Amino acid sequence: MKKIFSTITAVLLVTCFMQAQEVVYPTKEYKGRLFITNGTVHIGNGTVLENATVEVNNGKIVNVGAGITVSGSDSKVVDAKGKHVYPGLILPSSDLGLKEIANGVRGSNDYTELGEFNPSIRSITAYNTDSRVINVLRSNGILLASVAPEGGTISGSSTVVQLDAWNWEDAAYKMDAGIHMNMPSFINRFGRRGGAIPAGIPPALLASLGFGSGAADPARVALDKVEETKSFLRQAKAYLQETSHNNTNLKFEALKGLFDKKQKLFIHGDQVKQMLIAIDFVKEFGFDVVIVGGSESFQIAYLLKANNIAVILGQEHALPATEDDDVDQPYKTPAVLQKAGVLFALNDTHDEARYRNLSYNAGTAAAYGLTKEQALQAITLNAARILGVDDKTGSLEAGKDANIVISEGDLLDMKSSTVTYAFIQGRQISLDNKQKELYERYKFKYGIK
Amino acid sequence: MRNLKLLLSGLLFASLLQAQETFPVNGVADKREGCYAFTNATIVKDAQTTLTNATLVIRDGKIVAVGASSVAIPKDAVVIDCKDKYIYPSFVDIYSDYGIAAPTRDLTAGGRGGGGGFGNTPPQIASSTKGAYGWNQAIKPETDASKLFSVDDAKAKVFRENGFGTVLTHVKDGIARGTGTVVTLANLNENLVFVKEKASAHYSLSRGSSTQSYPQSLMGTIALLRQTYLDAKWYKNRPAKEGINLSLQAWNDNQSLPQIFEADDKWNDLRADRIGKEFGVQYIIKAGGNEYQRIKEIAATKATYILSLNYPQAMDVEDPNDARAVSLGDMKHWELAPSNPAAFEKANIPFCLTTADLRDPKQFYTNLRKAFDMGLSETKALEALTKVPATVLGVYDKVGSIEAGKLANFLITSGPVFSDKTVFLTNWVQGEKYGIKEDAWYDVKGTYTLDMTTVNGPVNYTLDVKSAAAANLIGKDTLTGKFSFDGKMVKLSFSPVPSRRPQMTATPPQGGSGGFPGGGGFSRGGGGAAGGTQYRLSGVANGMTWNGTGEDTAGNKLTWTATFIAPSAASVDSVRKRPTFPQRLSKVTFPFDGYGWEEAPKQESLLIKNATVWTNEKEGRLENTDVLLKDGKIAKVGKNLSDAGATVIDATGKHVTAGIIDEHSHIAAASINEGGQSVTSEVRIADNLNPEDINIYRQLSGGVTSSHILHGSANTIGGQTQLIKLRWGANDDDLKFKGWDPFIKFALGENVKRTTSTNNNRFPDTRMGVEEVLNDAFARARDYEKDLKADPTTRRDLELDALVEILNKKRFITCHSYVQSEITAALRVGDKYGFKFNTFTHILEGYKVADKMKIHGSSASTFADWFYYKVEVTDAIAYNAAIMQKVGLNVCINSDDAEMARRLNQEAGKVVRYGGVSEEDAFKMVTLNPAKALHVDDKVGSIKAGKDADIVIWSDNPLSIYAKSEKTIVDGIVYFDRQKDTEQRKKISAERFRLTQKMIGEKRTGGPGAVRPAEPSWQFILSCGDHDHHDGLYTIDIQEGETINK
Repeated sequence: MKKIFSTITAVLLVTCFMQAQEVVYPTKEYKGRLFITNGTVHIGNGTVLENATVEVNNGKIVNVGAGITVSGSDSKVVDAKGKHVYPGLILPSSDLGLKEIANGVRGSNDYTELGEFNPSIRSITAYNTDSRVINVLRSNGILLASVAPEGGTISGSSTVVQLDAWNWEDAAYKMDAGIHMNMPSFINRFGRRGGAIPAGIPPALLASLGFGSGAADPARVALDKVEETKSFLRQAKAYLQETSHNNTNLKFEALKGLFDKKQKLFIHGDQVKQMLIAIDFVKEFGFDVVIVGGSESFQIAYLLKANNIAVILGQEHALPATEDDDVDQPYKTPAVLQKAGVLFALNDTHDEARYRNLSYNAGTAAAYGLTKEQALQAITLNAARILGVDDKTGSLEAGKDANIVISEGDLLDMKSSTVTYAFIQGRQISLDNKQKELYERYKFKYGIK
Repeated sequence: MRNLKLLLSGLLFASLLQAQETFPVNGVADKREGCYAFTNATIVKDAQTTLTNATLVIRDGKIVAVGASSVAIPKDAVVIDCKDKYIYPSFVDIYSDYGIAAPTRDLTAGGRGGGGGFGNTPPQIASSTKGAYGWNQAIKPETDASKLFSVDDAKAKVFRENGFGTVLTHVKDGIARGTGTVVTLANLNENLVFVKEKASAHYSLSRGSSTQSYPQSLMGTIALLRQTYLDAKWYKNRPAKEGINLSLQAWNDNQSLPQIFEADDKWNDLRADRIGKEFGVQYIIKAGGNEYQRIKEIAATKATYILSLNYPQAMDVEDPNDARAVSLGDMKHWELAPSNPAAFEKANIPFCLTTADLRDPKQFYTNLRKAFDMGLSETKALEALTKVPATVLGVYDKVGSIEAGKLANFLITSGPVFSDKTVFLTNWVQGEKYGIKEDAWYDVKGTYTLDMTTVNGPVNYTLDVKSAAAANLIGKDTLTGKFSFDGKMVKLSFSPVPSRRPQMTATPPQGGSGGFPGGGGFSRGGGGAAGGTQYRLSGVANGMTWNGTGEDTAGNKLTWTATFIAPSAASVDSVRKRPTFPQRLSKVTFPFDGYGWEEAPKQESLLIKNATVWTNEKEGRLENTDVLLKDGKIAKVGKNLSDAGATVIDATGKHVTAGIIDEHSHIAAASINEGGQSVTSEVRIADNLNPEDINIYRQLSGGVTSSHILHGSANTIGGQTQLIKLRWGANDDDLKFKGWDPFIKFALGENVKRTTSTNNNRFPDTRMGVEEVLNDAFARARDYEKDLKADPTTRRDLELDALVEILNKKRFITCHSYVQSEITAALRVGDKYGFKFNTFTHILEGYKVADKMKIHGSSASTFADWFYYKVEVTDAIAYNAAIMQKVGLNVCINSDDAEMARRLNQEAGKVVRYGGVSEEDAFKMVTLNPAKALHVDDKVGSIKAGKDADIVIWSDNPLSIYAKSEKTIVDGIVYFDRQKDTEQRKKISAERFRLTQKMIGEKRTGGPGAVRPAEPSWQFILSCGDHDHHDGLYTIDIQEGETINK
């Protein structure tokens, strides 16, 4: 037993140290048994098991609990004594792999396509498995992500990927899982006080730029756009009733999954009115609707629940929407949704920390009203449910993929959240990344231990 | 006929009577002296002096005599009986652009710094003004309004109808706007209407139509004004190198005039006043309407103010979603804006009133009445419209009161000028009469005999005229007639048979009395049947008797006469009915928003008991320890402390630390980036602090007590920075951290070379050029210092002054930087010129050159875990802080982000996670280390007796994500208290509800146009232009070229 453990450790040591980004290889399929023993196991559904073991076979979790004995001579064993074991975290909506450098480099952008209605655009085809962001996220426990396009009104389809793959076909965990739509804004972003409006601009030009009283009512503009979108969907629905067409319409065909309820409609919007309009898409078309953003969702939590609308909350670490709001309103919003029974997930959309702080978003939610396990569920099982992959992942339950993270301490609290092991589908993945590599390089330069 | 005559006489006056001598006459000479005597009037000579039953004599456009009835009336005077009339001096509007064409901006020129702007044009670096003028397009003191002025009678009429006779007009464009001119509102040749050709010099904080790239920020504007004062002084000696500079010449020439500064906001008022004081100038300040919110500071300027009555319009907040976006501060301002003039009066600050900025000039009196309701006195208002502006402009010898020798500018009214029912009848300007509502000259109200001579003989009634539109007829019965009087023509129709309905014309015909075809001309129905039994009369008022013709009930012609018998019972023009005080009104809070204080929090002695104290000193982290705060300082740290006078705070189980110091912040300022040039060391964040930024309060809630407010990163040598303490509620000056070493922001890399611009034309465009900008600047500074020593008359250059301070170690650099090449290059420039880069901020590749930085002696201030948000951060690593710390640098973790600044304690926690720095050392990165980097570690940054009482009480280990600040204390004053914060939120919601209801009431009762659509109260988040920010729904990132004008 001891021997097995030490061999495994040796293998791990080899894989963990000093790999350049380019030689952080995706791990080969692992068909054997894996035991993660003696850990504090956070199932992801609210349950915590102390001193418990997770047993994995052929990439799947087969047993979780206390008193599971390690068996099989070729089993891998990881002793998680004093450590915390979690389901792999899920980034529920992102441009990961589509946008390499956040700003200033057009060449690295593949997330916004031209055009208003682009349901046939598929994010997965541009997903770069070699993005340098990916390995950084893995080392913070994020093992799965939904990759979504962003442009126009209907942006296209998102795919759930697992973050250890050679190419996008390997990465796809649930292909084309959802269709993404941007709800038009009901707020005129330009009709603003202050700012430097240059003198001498003709009133007509100012109005066309959205300044002043001549500007169009944003609510009217938004409603017109919504109607245009509905009309597009109605035509799609009619088109799909008929199997043979003289003119193939790829856009309409791309919406089939939505009408068949094989895909969900992810509606991006933060404002109350945007979310209220989203209910139309449940009522008229019967879609499964998920709000992405939802910064004002705390105001209509019960309506969202009543209409079975799930929410992927945007950046938790955000300023309050208004000057008079509670200074910690964004931190408290998850607890409001929890109380109302809304199915919600937390996201991290931070363009500078590049989504690596997902678990700390959950930590903040736990500091402001959720229990730690509820907060964890919001970045694991809830996200899996919303993305339609909860049959395969999101919790440490028998039958699911062995997507597992082991952390030195509480994963939601930065000071204790060092991730030491991660497994995707039972494969132990490397936690190395370019940042660690440069860290080693300069520790070497300065002789730092 | 009479109207026609009036019209003609006006024309004649204009073209003949007052035509000046040199102009030839086309026709027969028609010189008139225009002598009039106004008798029996109540004459308000000025706000203090009222004459009753008095006489005013004018001749040749001037007042000849005014006084009691003993004033001799010249024989050639046309006498106008002004019984029951009031005469006031016509008003003076000190802030107009009457008769001046509005300036326009060249839309094809001048994209802004980043290549923005209209059209995709590159920035315009030099002035586009042709001629021997100054270098900056927005400085145009040479503009002379008297040369651009032309009479515009349509506009003059609007002013006259509001009672004005004289205005100061100027070109409202640019930062230095040139001279204003005082003209009357008479419709005469331009030559004749000037009261004072050059009466004032004008300034503002807006560059207006200038398309030049500099200045593009408020602080740049202030710096430009400051430098121009210096340049103008220097130019007085006609330095040969400058040649002829007509702008500086004009600037100097204008200095003897009254200096009027359009500031338009309470903080800008103070900013403008400070510029003036620096150069010995007392500005007259055009205010913004929110001065009542800081009236104490406003009074301290000792300036005279010009107040507009342009109040914010109520918003349509019926939709709660729209209402949500409107801040309590904006709602309160809507309610309290009319109290602004009263606040000035109460604080004894001299002020003028202007019609400027009104959405509709007709609102002037409506809004003035609102000001009366809020406590403004009528006497003050009258002075503010007459004597004060006339005196300020040095024309009180000509206008502003009714005195012999002054211009014959006066207003005749039907009653006291500000009474609700008073009608302005005529406004005389330079002895010319301009009718306003002349038909009200005669008070038609009263009783008359009405004698009709009909075919059947005389028919008599008594006519009781209620108003110019209503009258009753009293015979056997009291009949309601349809009556109208327009000042001359009288129309009357009535039925001799009483009706239950008020209007005869609407009753069915009464049988038998013989209708006539066609019906009555005044009948509403117009049908023959409806008008069958009416008398219909029309006539003309000939003074006290009216004569006319008509038809009787049978259609026969008649004539009639009405004779005045007696006035109606005198309607007492009562004293203004003011709302009884106290009204339920918003409170002025500091700052003026939801989380502001009604009363400033007080410094107290506080004894914090039994906490885990993170001293940041060699004692380390002490358990079960007490901290005593007295007089704003830390008095003692130890166990079992006691102090009789102190309030005890039980902190058992809590953690107590020094307050967080954010080394890199952009909150609390009105502008951050002056990107117009590559070297802008003359601009100062201190010139434009905004102490009302809600982010001050939000960051207090995250345990921040001091913030270093940096200029942005748009240029290599940016502006001077300002260290502040988060004294929520203080004014801009009191926000400053006292006794700190001055700093300046430098920047390297992508932002400086305008990476995101597609049309950059500003040097430098590469890191090679950035290094050379530094070299060049310091070479110039060194030469300048030598020149200045050798020759004190050398032109003072504020840009180089700041660099000389750096060379002399009196100013220190914090330098935005990313990659190792540029960091090394900067270090070498510093070595070459003998100065130090005190701090490198961002410094995400600092780990690569930490050894070099250590030798140079720089501190590092970085992000915990940001990476890959642009090309120059592809090698950013989360272990950066740990490596630099281990190499021995003084390392800080900063925010550069209004949101993240609330969680800097957690960012420090990440340094424990990435690189294994100890908890205490990690926490120093947001407290003691920035204090060291900023040279204030003798005052703040640790818990040690004698240091400032800047303290945070945390619910948990402050490096933990679960820790919350329960109290944040600055100078021994509790500025954030989580308990009180909860209570404040309830107050906010109650006050919002009250004001929302009130606005909804305004919508329902205020008639059409009473409200405008709800406009979100945008929160402006300033940023350095370095990266995206993650702000709320109603926030707008302000980057280059923009200034908050809240």
